[in-house]
Amino acid sequence: MSLPERQTDIGPPNFEQFLPPVIKKNYGKWAHHEVLTPGTMVHVAESGDKIFSVRVGSPRILSTERIREISDLAEKYCDGYLRFTTRNNVEFLVSDESKMAPLVEELKKKKYSIGGIGPRISNIVHTQGWVHCHSACTDASGLVKAIMDELHDYFTTKELPNKVRLAVACCVNMCGAVHCSDIAVVAVHRKVPKIDHENVKKACEIPTTISSCPTSAIRPNPKEKSITINEEKCMYCGNCFTVCPPIEIHDPEQDGVAIVVGGKVGSLRTDPKFSKLAIPFLYNEPPRWPKVVAAVKNILNVYAENAKKHERVGEWIERVGWEEFFKLTGIEFTFQHIDDFTFMRDTLRTSAAFKY
Amino acid sequence: MSGKYKTPMLDELEKGPWPSFVTEIKKARNSSSMPDMADDELGQVEKSYNTKRGYWKHGGIVGVLGYGGGVIGRYSSLPEEFPGVAHFHTVRINQPSGFFYTSEALKMICDIWDKYGSGMTNMHGSTGDLVLLGTTTENLEAIFAEYSSRGWDLGSSGSAMRTPSCCVGQARCEWACIDTMGICNDLTQHFQDEMHRPAFPYKFKIKVAGCACDCVAAIARADLSIIGTWKDNIQVDQAAVKGYADAGMDIQSEIIDMCPTDCMSYDGGKIKINDPQCNRCMHCIAKMTKALKPGKDRGATILVGSKAPIVVGSLLSWVIVPFIKLDDDYENLKELIENIIEWWDDNAKPRERIGELIEVKGMRPFLEAIGVDPQPQQVKEPRKDPFFFWAESDFAK
Repeated sequence: MSLPERQTDIGPPNFEQFLPPVIKKNYGKWAHHEVLTPGTMVHVAESGDKIFSVRVGSPRILSTERIREISDLAEKYCDGYLRFTTRNNVEFLVSDESKMAPLVEELKKKKYSIGGIGPRISNIVHTQGWVHCHSACTDASGLVKAIMDELHDYFTTKELPNKVRLAVACCVNMCGAVHCSDIAVVAVHRKVPKIDHENVKKACEIPTTISSCPTSAIRPNPKEKSITINEEKCMYCGNCFTVCPPIEIHDPEQDGVAIVVGGKVGSLRTDPKFSKLAIPFLYNEPPRWPKVVAAVKNILNVYAENAKKHERVGEWIERVGWEEFFKLTGIEFTFQHIDDFTFMRDTLRTSAAFKY
Repeated sequence: MSGKYKTPMLDELEKGPWPSFVTEIKKARNSSSMPDMADDELGQVEKSYNTKRGYWKHGGIVGVLGYGGGVIGRYSSLPEEFPGVAHFHTVRINQPSGFFYTSEALKMICDIWDKYGSGMTNMHGSTGDLVLLGTTTENLEAIFAEYSSRGWDLGSSGSAMRTPSCCVGQARCEWACIDTMGICNDLTQHFQDEMHRPAFPYKFKIKVAGCACDCVAAIARADLSIIGTWKDNIQVDQAAVKGYADAGMDIQSEIIDMCPTDCMSYDGGKIKINDPQCNRCMHCIAKMTKALKPGKDRGATILVGSKAPIVVGSLLSWVIVPFIKLDDDYENLKELIENIIEWWDDNAKPRERIGELIEVKGMRPFLEAIGVDPQPQQVKEPRKDPFFFWAESDFAK
């Protein structure tokens, strides 16, 4: 069978053809919106027109069969119009209000998780993990599933002081936005990589490998036509492995995850913030990572009990102080918490005023 | 649903209320013309769950004729044990701005993918592309022909302009100060060559957010962050303010007391805003969407540099142009972006992101190269130490 003629550099299809007519008509002329339930909202245009949205969770990995099912639902209730959110939820775009209740009814019957809007958790932004990535040192999808099962009520019903953005990254490359999330899990290595000199010689460019190291721990090894790693300087980031695969960073027994907290990207009230280290290490425990799930839930619960309305996790912690965060959560403070990398100067305390 | 392997660890992840990725991988085998792919994927991931390590090799160089990106080579390191995923390449399809689709378009995408791939997708990848997970090298040209002939192009990968993405913007949000989807689509079309033929020192990401709520994490995840803002006064509808009070909102504690610049007051009836003191953080507007709106003199703040920790620590984007009024065809924005990229491309080492390069070279050479003056909005505070450079041109002033 012959193939159709390929076209190059045409870019994506213009989005306009995918917009429901009510959105096309009121584009740029929306007046306000209202969250109706944890998974539904209505946007009202200056013209008085309305568009209803129903948000459901997704594991991000979707089969073609599932996409067809979602598409069928969109045809039945939304004239075929739907979208995905930046956090990988599915949003059904309903122009006819009378179709809202039957859509929600059918979604419930089909066991979709409806929610994620307003002051609660949304879907966890995450990476590929063992499902599809060479540098993963945990499985992102499995962690997400285990955490979301446990926190499901915070997606579908329960309220929090403000939204809480969760993320999971399966290595420090952080294809997920772990570095600016309220609570996030990032997989880390803890051992100096092992060098396969024979293959480094064959496969790697030595200067690129040396310059890949953020702590200047890598030097040339002329005798082996390879490299050596200064073990005292190595912080196990794995960037050398990325440019030179025979430098093996993975260690299944000593790889695991860290938990970071307090980041945000919005400028509301306070500037965007990086996430900071809460728990330096927990072992990989597939399939359900019970200690990681318990740790995330503990931090979320302590936040829910202590933060003021509208405070994000990072804002709450900054108000009460990090020493208070460690006390309230019962998390042990360790040498790993004290920065000895790029942010050291900014993070050490330079005042005699603090709490116990 | 009868798979090739017993997968007790993964089966555990089909229990519980949240939708399961394992169920999706199992479903993928039903409709794909290559059910071995999803089967062996499950087998290999089950093995990872037992041994706590992955079995994928580094990406090899594969692609379609004339493009240097858009396809990520992926090979199992255990091809004899799991032949179905011996090749398991990723194809990135450029998403429509704002991730809007029709069911018809999605079904077409599925039909082609079932014919040539595993039936597994990511909706969507972290940068924004629609990601098709798992196909073989020999299918790539056919996949490209099928999609591109129907109007869908590949996304990007490698040391290239990465697929720009944006928040929902003016399509369905009253706060969007700029047309994020229009800008995203325009920039994507403008930079096709830079996206498809990697020629940069490293990756370069662009994200467009309609306001400082930043629902697309532009300030954290894009080398170039475009964030909508305004310059004049917040629009206030006092009748709607009363509506919020009547509905039980504690305006004093939830709005006035949480304003970071202390520029608002409430007398029990009306809200007053000292607009010159407002820093446009969006808190009050986001909480009282019926009563407060961004001003009418709208434009964008351009920030540069954010990235994840590799190599020398995470960065958030820095304000470079506090306010730019966008041309109707975005010509001024495109010219600015081209100047920014040109300076980076001329100066960066391989695998050096623009934020890292600015740290190495200093902000001054960068600002001078792109023709932007120093402004207090670019810094949180001026420098602390009395060491600074002088250029000959400074003495002439």
